[in-house]
Amino acid sequence: MIPERRQFLGLAAAAALAPGLSLIELARARSPEEAASALQRWGLLVDVEKCADCDACVTACRDENGWAGHGHPATDSQWIRKASLRDKRTGYAQTLPLMCQHCEHPPCVDVCPTGASFRRADGIVLVDKHTCIGCRYCVMACPFGARSLVHEPISGQKPDVPRGKGTVESCTLCVHRIDRGERPACVEACNREGGGAMTFGDLNDAASEIHARLRSEASTPLRPDLALNPGVRYQHL
Amino acid sequence: MTRIVAGILAAALALAAHAAGPKIKIEAGGACVAPTPEMRRNHMKFLFEQRDRTMHEGIRTARFSLKNCVDCHASRKTGSVLGEEGFCSSCHAYASVSIDCFECHSPMRQASAR
Repeated sequence: MIPERRQFLGLAAAAALAPGLSLIELARARSPEEAASALQRWGLLVDVEKCADCDACVTACRDENGWAGHGHPATDSQWIRKASLRDKRTGYAQTLPLMCQHCEHPPCVDVCPTGASFRRADGIVLVDKHTCIGCRYCVMACPFGARSLVHEPISGQKPDVPRGKGTVESCTLCVHRIDRGERPACVEACNREGGGAMTFGDLNDAASEIHARLRSEASTPLRPDLALNPGVRYQHL
Repeated sequence: MTRIVAGILAAALALAAHAAGPKIKIEAGGACVAPTPEMRRNHMKFLFEQRDRTMHEGIRTARFSLKNCVDCHASRKTGSVLGEEGFCSSCHAYASVSIDCFECHSPMRQASAR
């Protein structure tokens, strides 16, 4: 009861204080000392029909997060990949980007024995590598195969993206960029070089593009049978 | 007389300790984010608390962030806080305290930093 009232008062105060600003802008420009809030739920919408035959999203993710491999495809990390689908009967082929789906009920968090795998208040599913023991339960639990264990010693990490041998990692939705008010690198790249298939935004924000599109167009999560309510949704699949 | 002897002894001890001590080279100049004695004693606590705030709540204030430490304290020659004269490693080697931060975190200052 009290939190809702507080949220309402906070929003009302914000609206009263800054009549020129919309609430979305206020929400996006979270200051560094402000904690991530459950008022937001970050998500992606991928239009598979627009997904071009390129890997701009994968390349951008690799460059942004520095997970270039060691030439060992079986064990190298993979935060995002292009999955190919083909209808066996008709031969109709599609391709789509597949990464952590940032579930509301993430199986990786359920199985983690140390609490390293967790869901941030704004819906981003992360690994706290300080507490990860590298058991890989989450790797097995994830129905999307989105997680990887770092098998080899790493050097030259990006300052915003610490990575280390013996810990599990996956798509962070570019949390360091989101906290700066930017879009994930894959979305930027897809709209710049690719087919413009990816839309990023706050699923809770009625004024956002992603909210409007989810409201008016058909979309589906992957594996709806599991009822995980992912933050990533697909269209024309 | 005894006072003078004690003074000389203390000075000699201080010199000896200084000679064997870590090489602390601070190239950025200016004030640290907290007074030096406090930083010497508590920097690990500040970093530890900041770590959880940033990881779990997304609070990214610069004051006690590891990136901020590295950007200021990295050697201008090597760009790193590690290595023989590295700000972090020289002291930690002297104190024989293993330092795990840079197994995962980048020890290099960002090009855009001061």
